[in-house]
Amino acid sequence: MKEGVVKKGQDIGVGRGIEPNPVGSKYAGIEVKESDLRDGRYMSIRYSAMFRYRWDTGIAVGRFLEGLRDGRIVGSRCNVCKRILVPPRVFCELDFAQIDDWVYVYDTGRVNTYSISYIDKQARRMSSPVIVAVVELDGASQGMGIMHLLGEVRPEDVYVGMRVKAVWRSREERKGAITDIVYFKPL
Amino acid sequence: MVIKRKVAVVGAGMTLFRRRMLETGKELCFEAASMALESAGISMRDVDAVVLGSAPDAFDGVHMKGEYLLDGAGGVGKPYTRVFVGGGTGVFAPIAGWWHVASGLFDTCLVVCEEKMSSLHPHPQYAFWGIFDHTLERPLGVNLLWIFALEMRRYMHVYGISEEEIAHVAVKNKRNALDHPCAQLAAKITVEDVMRSEPIVWPIKRLDSSPPSDGAAAVVLASEDTARRICKEPVWIDGVGWSIDSAYWTDRELAYPAYLAEAARMAYRMAGIEEPRREIDVAEVYDPFSYKELHHLEGLGLADKGKAAEMTVAGVTARDGDMPVNPSGGLLGVGNPIAAAGMMKVCEVFWQLSGNAGKRQVKKDVRTGLAQAWGDLMQFSSVIIMRS
Repeated sequence: MKEGVVKKGQDIGVGRGIEPNPVGSKYAGIEVKESDLRDGRYMSIRYSAMFRYRWDTGIAVGRFLEGLRDGRIVGSRCNVCKRILVPPRVFCELDFAQIDDWVYVYDTGRVNTYSISYIDKQARRMSSPVIVAVVELDGASQGMGIMHLLGEVRPEDVYVGMRVKAVWRSREERKGAITDIVYFKPL
Repeated sequence: MVIKRKVAVVGAGMTLFRRRMLETGKELCFEAASMALESAGISMRDVDAVVLGSAPDAFDGVHMKGEYLLDGAGGVGKPYTRVFVGGGTGVFAPIAGWWHVASGLFDTCLVVCEEKMSSLHPHPQYAFWGIFDHTLERPLGVNLLWIFALEMRRYMHVYGISEEEIAHVAVKNKRNALDHPCAQLAAKITVEDVMRSEPIVWPIKRLDSSPPSDGAAAVVLASEDTARRICKEPVWIDGVGWSIDSAYWTDRELAYPAYLAEAARMAYRMAGIEEPRREIDVAEVYDPFSYKELHHLEGLGLADKGKAAEMTVAGVTARDGDMPVNPSGGLLGVGNPIAAAGMMKVCEVFWQLSGNAGKRQVKKDVRTGLAQAWGDLMQFSSVIIMRS
C-alpha cells in the first residue's frame, strides 16, 4: 500500500508485491518463498499459542498406568470375542460389550513392524535416529501390540519377528507413564 | 437402498498448489469456488447448498475452520456444513455434497476443499502430534511419519516388496505432474534418485513423500434435471463409499487396508461394478507416500494383494498403460494441501471423463473413473465412482 493520505474514493491501486496471476495461467495463486518473507516482500503476522491441559486417564488406561508403575503390563479381556486387549479398554469395539475382566500380559513380545526416525516431532533432523516399533506382546491376543521404542540394537540388526523384552525404569523412577518402559531390547 | 436422484459433477476448479501462498484460506476458497462456478456456467445465486472440507484446525491456528472459511466458500445465507475425516476429507466432502443432492433436498451443491498448511512453524508436521493419544503415544515423541513408515515396513514384509519397486510410484507420479499447471513438485527423477534421497523415517525417503502445501479445489454438483440443462458433458457420480477401522491402530494388520476394501465394496455395489479391474478405466488413488498408491490399489481390488508394485514396474499404471493411475501427478507431484488434494483427484477424474484433461488426458478411451482418499489414523477411506 502506498504511504500517505489517500483521498476518499481515490483508486490506490494494487500494493507492491501483490501481482496479478502469471500471464497465461488460469489458475489462481501467488507463491511466497522463504526469501520473500526474509526480504519483507510480503508481510506476515507471528503468533504463538500456549494451552495447558490436565488429561484424565480414564478407567482402562488408568489401570494400565498403575500396572506400569508396578512394572507390569495390564490388558483386558472381552467375554464375547475372548480377545485379550492391549492397551486395555472397558468396552470391546467389535462386540460393543462392556469389559470388566483384567489380566496381566508379559513384557516380552515380537516386533510386528518397525521404522527408523531421523526427524523429531517438529520434523527437525535428529543427531541420532530412533527406532520405533509395534511390539506384539506375549499373552495378548494375536496381533495386539503397542507402539514403543527399541534400544540396545543397531537399526540394521532389527527385523520383523524379532523377540524383544521391555527395559523398565527403576521402581523409584516409575511414575505410571508409558515411558516407565524406556524401550524394548532384543531378547 | 433408495437413491432418489442421479447427481452429476458439472464444474471443477482449483488454485495452484504451493509450499506457501500469499492468499488466506478464505481467498483460496474463493478462487477455487469461482473457477468451479465459472466452468459450470452458473453463479453463486444458483447454488442451493455448500459443503466445505478442511483438515486439522491446528495448521492455521484457527479453531472452527468451517466458520472461518465460510465467507470465501460461498456459504453465507445457505445451508452450509463442514465435514472432516482427516486426509479422507477431500473425497468425503463431495460424497457429502452428493447426498445433499441425491436425497432430493437440493438441486445444486458447491463443494469446496481447502488447506493452508504453511502457517504453522517451523513445520506443519507439528500439528499432527496432536492427533495421537495423549497418554500412550505422545510421550514417546511420535511424529506422523512414524506410523506410515511402520505401515510401509509391514506391507513390504508381508508381501516381500522392495523399496526400489515402491520408488517407481514416485517416479511415475512426479513425471505425470509435469503436465499439471498447478503442480508443486513435478520432476523427472529416477528410481536411483528416490533411493538416494535422505531417509526421513525409514523406509520412507524424501522423494517417497508428498510435500506440505497450500491450495484449494472445488466442484459443483447438480441433480440430473439441472445437470442436463446447464452442462454439455456432465459426469455422473454413480457410486460412493466410505468406511473406518478402529483407532487402536497397533492392534490391526497394517499390510492390507480392510476398511478401504469395505468402502470400495459399497461404492462398487452402488455403481453396479462387478469387475473393477475391467470396468474402471482411470483411477486417482491417494498417494501421500509412494507405497500408499500400491496399498490402495490392492484395497480397491484393482490389484491382487502384494501385486500392485509389479503392475507399476510393468507400466500398467502409467498414463498410457492399461490402468492409468494418478495421471494428474497425484499428491507426490501436484502437492498435498490435504483436503484440497483429495478434491483435486475428483476434479481430475471429472476432467479425464469429460475429455478436458489437456496434456494429462489418458490415451485410452475413458468412461468410468474412480477417486479415493485416506485418512484419520490410517483407518479411513472414501471412494467415488464417476461415469461420463
